[in-house]
Amino acid sequence: MALPATRPTGAFPSGAAGAALSTDQLLEIYYYLRLTRTLEERLVALYRQTKVIGGLFRSLGQEGESVASAYALERGRNKDILSPLIRNLGSMLVMGAQPIEILRQYMAKADSPTRGRELNVHFNDLEKGYLGQISHLGDMIPVMAGIALSFKMRGQPRVGLVYIGDGGTSTGTFHEGLNLAAVQRLPMVVVGEYNHWAYSTPPEKQFAVKDLADKAKGYGIPAVTVDGNDVFAVYEATKFALDRARRGKGVHFIEVKTYRRKGHAEHDDQHYVPKDVLDLWSKSNDPMDRYTQRILAADLVEQKELKEIDDRVRVAVDQATDACVNEPLPAAESALPDVYVDPPAAEKLWFKAL
Amino acid sequence: MAEVTFLEALRQGLWEEMERDERVFILGEDVGLYGGAFKVTDGFAKKFGESRVIDTPISEAAIVGAAAGAAHMGLRPVAEMQFIDFISCAYDMLTNYVATARYRAGLATPMVVRGPCGGYVRGGPFHSQNPEAAFLHTPGLKIVYPATVRDAKGLIKSSIRDDDPVLYLEHKWLYRRIKEQLPEGEEILTPIGQARIAREGKHLSIITYGATLWKSLEAAAQLEQQDGVSVEVLDLRTLLPLDDAAIVSTVKKTNKVLIVHEDTRTGGIAGEIAARINEQAFEWLDGPIMRVTAHDVPLPYAPTLEDFVLPQTDDIVRAARWLSKY
Ligand SMILES: Cc1ncc(C[n+]2csc(CCOP(=O)(O)OP(=O)(O)O)c2C)c(N)n1
Ligand SMILES: [Mg+2]
Repeated sequence: MALPATRPTGAFPSGAAGAALSTDQLLEIYYYLRLTRTLEERLVALYRQTKVIGGLFRSLGQEGESVASAYALERGRNKDILSPLIRNLGSMLVMGAQPIEILRQYMAKADSPTRGRELNVHFNDLEKGYLGQISHLGDMIPVMAGIALSFKMRGQPRVGLVYIGDGGTSTGTFHEGLNLAAVQRLPMVVVGEYNHWAYSTPPEKQFAVKDLADKAKGYGIPAVTVDGNDVFAVYEATKFALDRARRGKGVHFIEVKTYRRKGHAEHDDQHYVPKDVLDLWSKSNDPMDRYTQRILAADLVEQKELKEIDDRVRVAVDQATDACVNEPLPAAESALPDVYVDPPAAEKLWFKAL
Repeated sequence: MAEVTFLEALRQGLWEEMERDERVFILGEDVGLYGGAFKVTDGFAKKFGESRVIDTPISEAAIVGAAAGAAHMGLRPVAEMQFIDFISCAYDMLTNYVATARYRAGLATPMVVRGPCGGYVRGGPFHSQNPEAAFLHTPGLKIVYPATVRDAKGLIKSSIRDDDPVLYLEHKWLYRRIKEQLPEGEEILTPIGQARIAREGKHLSIITYGATLWKSLEAAAQLEQQDGVSVEVLDLRTLLPLDDAAIVSTVKKTNKVLIVHEDTRTGGIAGEIAARINEQAFEWLDGPIMRVTAHDVPLPYAPTLEDFVLPQTDDIVRAARWLSKY
């Protein structure tokens, strides 16, 4: 497979990359795109009902790059590992995170994967192949380098994929982690998400290069810029980078050009984003619309099959919500265990016993 | 007189210093046209220009380091951490470079690093931290932690005017929760290094700061009403350097001390305060120095867990009641 060419953002791709995917796979990708969007819409409803405890971060308009990049991984036990960011809900779902787990996390339920200790998508399942982020941007780059190092040391044909935002590339840990991984030629792929905003900060205040891919030169690693709202282009670029890393050729950087179509979080009305730009991205460059049109136009799938998936997703999200929305929050004292293996629990302080 | 929030008082203090002294400037993430994640610098870029209200990349070490360099050259930078939790990314700059500059190199580094800290807001482990203990162990830094509207203003102004680096911690739970009448036209300057008696009392002293000042005051009122116990509450306001005189004086007055803080217990500032009381007023004590603090765990997200981990008014009431009977 040749290195995919950079495609201008907004242009519909003409490549035949989709041909490599079976109908089942095309439908599965559609399923994850739809699931991401529907689940997020459900979270918005729960947020408005104040059932979501903390903030809510949207990935609207970025589902394509999340789902497509994760879909390129080898998934399953002892396969590739991915570390998602807050807007990579789609990647988590592809890796096997369950809608009910996401819902429970946001609502801080006792049975959530972190048992109410951590927020939103900050949770792991290393068996399924994902490692939750912490809030400190950039930190997951060196951690993923370490995961990739373990693959290399053990001679395993596995790759680590880690995301970084356009803003996140300004951190020291991004630089240090990527440099270490490059020097060690680790099997790692970095997906840089150029979504045009870091909270309210535009790229030109964040870095002086034009594209994130330009940064890769400084680390001596190859990079490619792809249309992040073209599912096929992202899939193809990621597949290429993963294969290369798996063959021992080291780190690869993929820049996906996309757009954050909601505010930084639900509280942010993004008044600083020009309305016409938002309209343009939502009306003519929505990753789901583009994907759907493309697979229908090429007669790869039938409308009826997509409709069935939409229905299936709606039912699944409804069922997951109903199953957990009234679940209890964790018991107070469950805050104490697990700081260490030994001692098994932190001390309950003296005044609680009075 | 106008009633203002904690956040507005902080804003006013920054604004007045920017107007008074053209060497003062602000740098941080989203502080410019957006006005900061919590809107502390709302309107500043418009008024003072983007050259004095600088939007930076997401680079806390660079923000603090650049502030230090500018401060060496005679400017008065105020660096914002979007959440104080991210100050850990600038830990090296602050502790190794900034804090030691005067002592090791005779360099003036008059700068302020400020940002929202604290819990009780369901922020989870990375948007709720209280980092004071990590910096308390660093000679060369000053740490202020205002709890009242007046001190929010008075301490930011004093911090900017101070000739040494100051870490200014602002509790986000207080931002819009407390209000106070502030006189217009009066220059409010809270001296750094001076604690304040927030409530006079006879039987027992609570030494505290930040959000737990308000929980301690609530507890004191309950104890007075329900138990007839008269509690004095000392608001530290500055954590480094500590106001030993004020601490010793309240101990000598009530002879019993409860230290309350939101930070975790082990290695928290209560231990340092207890040691000083032990050294300077041991003979005056009629009971053990006790602590009400957070439990020694990372701060969890779920309301039930956070409420359990952090000190609550009820905890303070029970602890003070126990101590008053000692
Ligand atoms: C080290 C660090 N500093 C500051 C923040 C606060 N913060 C959270 S998200 C964000 C913007 C992130 O922008 P980007 O990396 O482009 O990701 P996007 O939100 O666009 O997905 C900031 C400044 C943080 N999480 N970590
Ligand atoms: Mg971004």
